[in-house]
Amino acid sequence: MFSIPTFLDSFGPLFWAARYTLLISVLGIGLGLVIGALVCAAALSSVVWLRRIAGLWVSFLRGVPLLVQLLLFYYLLPVIGIDVPAIFAAVVTVGICASAYISEIWRGAINALPKGQTEAATAIGMAPPDIWTRIVLPQAITLSLPALINELILLVKASSLVSVVGILELTRASQAQAATTFRPLEVYLAAACIYLIINLCLAAFGRYLEHRMAV
Amino acid sequence: MEWSILQQYGPMLLRGFGLTILCWLLGTVLGMVLGLVIALVQRYAPRPVGWLVQAYIEVIRGTPFLVQLFVLYYGGPLVGLRLDALPAGILGLTIYGSPYFAEIFRSGFRAVPNGQIEAARAIGMAEPTIVRRILLPLGLVSALPALVNFSIILTKETVILSIITVPELMYQTQRMSTETFRYLEANLVLALFFWALVETISRFGRRLEKRITGYLIERT
Repeated sequence: MFSIPTFLDSFGPLFWAARYTLLISVLGIGLGLVIGALVCAAALSSVVWLRRIAGLWVSFLRGVPLLVQLLLFYYLLPVIGIDVPAIFAAVVTVGICASAYISEIWRGAINALPKGQTEAATAIGMAPPDIWTRIVLPQAITLSLPALINELILLVKASSLVSVVGILELTRASQAQAATTFRPLEVYLAAACIYLIINLCLAAFGRYLEHRMAV
Repeated sequence: MEWSILQQYGPMLLRGFGLTILCWLLGTVLGMVLGLVIALVQRYAPRPVGWLVQAYIEVIRGTPFLVQLFVLYYGGPLVGLRLDALPAGILGLTIYGSPYFAEIFRSGFRAVPNGQIEAARAIGMAEPTIVRRILLPLGLVSALPALVNFSIILTKETVILSIITVPELMYQTQRMSTETFRYLEANLVLALFFWALVETISRFGRRLEKRITGYLIERT
């Protein structure tokens, strides 16, 4: 039967492990933002082969399950002579995977801006770099914020897969806990609750941003 | 890579692939059905039931699929729900997909102009007939692109079933690589295979979408 004390006792150690879940998601989205910006720039550039590479990048990373990507990078890095801790490989994989989605979010945000604005800026004699830094990017970044929060929520959930390569984040910790207490139901439900708390907070933050932007 | 390995493990991998497709099809279809039911309940049931359904949607969408599977497969037996890996996996996929499908249906229904439903009521159509003849066909047209899109996303989620030992493609590939020590090659082939699969399904999906949308618009 379901035992409430076991359920409540599971929270302590799991909360402690959840900081790795947060760390991987936040670093992952940070890396994803940087690479995503580069991929988005390539996708929007006038150079054909850059656009092709960006297209392949996005299509491959969105077409291959994250679990397969994780194992691929995990086994690939030692072969090409890069010896890094597993957590580093995990963050890089999550970040690279996120970059494909983020570049599409930004491309959508940039395309959503009315063309008249850049035309007007050109008409009054603004230089292209100025148009980008003062007209396009500030608006596109604000416009993309809710979608980026959404992506962060997806990453928090996706980070559970990192447990497969042996990183002691929330899911891995709950597996260990379930194995020692023989109470998988209570432990995994507690883990689910922690994920839910994290994601509800993020979703509330996203709604707050959206609300502020709507004004 | 030694291609003889692929020859030796070919039948096993093919079986795994068949199971991947089976899990995906069943999970998608059942998830869609459950999602449709949820969307209809949300539209017609009284408030308290609607809140319960909303809570279900939030919980499933807020937790990782892997953790849901663990609760179902390892936690289930503690409350008398004893399932083999395969049924647990398909049930997991169904539950995981249902809130997303429900939201897709809900926004599809919202896109049906209110005037059409009011007009149907005015000419004396019964509520079930309105659902069947007006809400569903019109709602489906606008929901279709999102339905196809989410079904494609579900293909990628099937690999997670390998973690609870459903012997689908990923599971068989891992078995092959631990037996032959060819981890990198096996995962590379798996990645390329999934890339091709998802691209093919997306392309097919876009075509299907155009056809069905055209057909439904003609009929309604």
